[in-house]
Amino acid sequence: MSRFHRSPLAVAASAGALLALSACGSGTDTAAAPAAGGPIKVEASDTACNVSVGTANAGNVTFEITNKGTKVTEFYLYAEGDRIMGEVENIAPGLNRRLIVEVADAGKYQATCKPGMTGNGIRNDFTVTGGAAKQNDTNALKAEATKSYASYVANNSAALEEQTGKFVELVKAGKVAEAKAAYASTRIYYERIEPVAEKFGDLDPAIDFREADIEAGQQFTGFHRLEKDLWVSGLQADSSQIADKLLTDVKDLVAKSKTLDLTALDLANGAKGLMDEVATGKITGEEEAFSHTDLWDFQANLDGSKAAIASLRPILQEGDPALVATLDKEFANVQALLTKQAVGDGFKLYTELSPDQIKEFASAVDALSEPLSKVAEVVAK
Amino acid sequence: MTSPDPGQADHVDQSAVSRRRLFGLAGAGVALVGVGAAAGYGVDQITGNSPAQAASGTIDFHGEHQAGIVTPTQQNLHFAALDVTTKDRDKLVKLLRTWTDAARRMTSGQEVVPGGAIGGAPEAPPGDTGEALDLPASSLTLTIGFGPSLFDDRFGLAAKRPAALIDLPLFPKDKLDPARSGGDLCIQACADDPQVAVHAVRNLVRLGFGVTEVRWSQLGFGRSASTTRAQPTPRNLFGFKDGTNNIKAEDADFLRDQVWVTEADGQPWMAGGSFLVARRIRMHIETWDREPLEGQENIVGRTKGTGAALGQAAEFDPVDLHVNGAGGEPVIATDSHIRLASHETLNGARILRRGYNFVDGSDGVGHLEAGLFFLAFNRDTRKQYVPMQNALSSKDSMMEYLQHTGSAHFAVPPGPKPGTSWGDALFA
Repeated sequence: MSRFHRSPLAVAASAGALLALSACGSGTDTAAAPAAGGPIKVEASDTACNVSVGTANAGNVTFEITNKGTKVTEFYLYAEGDRIMGEVENIAPGLNRRLIVEVADAGKYQATCKPGMTGNGIRNDFTVTGGAAKQNDTNALKAEATKSYASYVANNSAALEEQTGKFVELVKAGKVAEAKAAYASTRIYYERIEPVAEKFGDLDPAIDFREADIEAGQQFTGFHRLEKDLWVSGLQADSSQIADKLLTDVKDLVAKSKTLDLTALDLANGAKGLMDEVATGKITGEEEAFSHTDLWDFQANLDGSKAAIASLRPILQEGDPALVATLDKEFANVQALLTKQAVGDGFKLYTELSPDQIKEFASAVDALSEPLSKVAEVVAK
Repeated sequence: MTSPDPGQADHVDQSAVSRRRLFGLAGAGVALVGVGAAAGYGVDQITGNSPAQAASGTIDFHGEHQAGIVTPTQQNLHFAALDVTTKDRDKLVKLLRTWTDAARRMTSGQEVVPGGAIGGAPEAPPGDTGEALDLPASSLTLTIGFGPSLFDDRFGLAAKRPAALIDLPLFPKDKLDPARSGGDLCIQACADDPQVAVHAVRNLVRLGFGVTEVRWSQLGFGRSASTTRAQPTPRNLFGFKDGTNNIKAEDADFLRDQVWVTEADGQPWMAGGSFLVARRIRMHIETWDREPLEGQENIVGRTKGTGAALGQAAEFDPVDLHVNGAGGEPVIATDSHIRLASHETLNGARILRRGYNFVDGSDGVGHLEAGLFFLAFNRDTRKQYVPMQNALSSKDSMMEYLQHTGSAHFAVPPGPKPGTSWGDALFA
């Protein structure tokens, strides 16, 4: 889903990738505007890797690789420490392929062919000159923002693990009424930090897929499967297994989320993505198809979005104070509408809302989402 | 008469024979000069299979295959799915003949019946509804298809149902509205003037009362695919070029292998035909419009400006799925639309798309009810469309902005010859 993973995964383990990511900014100057010179010809064979030019100016560098050998080959541009700047795989004998790679920083690189696609490859020193001096990405405000949001994620993921544990116990004990009562308030912690979960490909579907999302032959697992059991079909023979798996997946997620290194831009896109989630899933009543507890999720998405914006606030205040004022107003407006539907610690069911009330929510969410979508630009400046 | 695009209408007006034959041969001569001087604009919209067709804005109704498949995609669509209301096979066969004659006339720019809108008895309602009276043929094509439900026990057609004419499975994230799905028959009307397309469907529907009725219908206002190399690639409502890698009229091998059914495929009556998949795809344009440009491009797998695949420089540069960027991450993401829809990912399967953009009013909660009415022709839906859509529905990051709300599947018989009927092959 759209939240964070539009940019390559930024996991602490691959700190190299992170640096490259932050260095290349918003990436709007793509292939259409190659930097200096024409394409650099690379003639690859089983034993040689002839690169026509050994230097290039910083910017987009285009390589045209021809495989004149008999083995399938690959071509890489490595930065120091074998950090991959770009690569083309599976170049069959006789084929021409192209690699356009964005090299923002001057420095020493290695243009490398890998005949047979194994081993260290045949390496050529490749020098990039010019370009901006390496940007210092330790913008204090951005660092502060991501740190602050990381602690929000940590708090909520800890609560998610704890509450899921309790919920799972109730399901396994066959305590249907109590499990139903705990369902929506457990999911809150997931919905607040959903963009983080979506960073980890398989976990979000396993934990949060709706029945309508399932492919033929795929197993229906996670919260919504238990939701269906609790509200509609009754506990099934495998409900306990599903519950155990849910807890395992949640624990996995919580562990992985600790390694996640988010950027300020991730926060901006996450804040927007959470409200998109409200617009397409909660306002339509599609998320909680059996329990109709969509407004709990709505509130949690709103909380999560607000938290991300709160972390970014000093940056936004500096870059666009009027936007901050608009966001404050629109967040408050949506919150006021939700509060009107509050019942005790929770909310009315989706099915108890009138069409007019749904329309009112939709309008308020649109009015908030539009300025939210402008946050990324301010952060990227 | 008001046309949505005066430039285009003027052009065709000069060049075409209107239903009332207001323009004589001299007019057609002028038009030929006009075509030559048009410097590319509008030419693709009226170019038929021959220079003569280009001059008249008329697409030949007859042929080995029905028109409206590889025909250069016209600007406008009116698509109608119909149910047969009678159990009388003869009535249905007779209607198909009547429809074929009417289609033959309308696609050549004539009124639906001789005498038409104003030439009949004053005491009788006009035989033609009249709204296309002063309009030329406008490259009108009419294409018929038979839905799976036609092959039940009503008309003795069960044994003639092609194996490939499956009831489409429910794909992940489908939210199908039965009132926008299915149908015993379909009529696809495409034209460069929306009124001409609507006129054609309306008059065929009228001829069908007592035998057929409209189940659902869909207007499309801008083509979202090209079917010839001469046509520039249009943009869909996400603002991206759509159909760059579509099967085109020039791709003889792909048409033979991936579009046209052969006798050997199991049902001889379908030889020269194809299978049509129609999907109404709602696009959540409001949330899409809030997605950063970079995100949009990563979802699609192409740049928004030129339409070049990510990692390439120009629109028609071959897509390379094996290029990785910083950190070894694929430049065309694993969940991007063009990777999942690629023939390389799908064991060589391709389809011929012929979809249209639509905006059907609003959704009642403050948004435009906008999207893409997806039309695709393929030789075996089980091997082409179904695996492709399964991959897209389950993995495509674009699905977050899409919802499939209507679905239908039709067997499109081969093209009629002069004097034959659309129903001849099936009801022989």
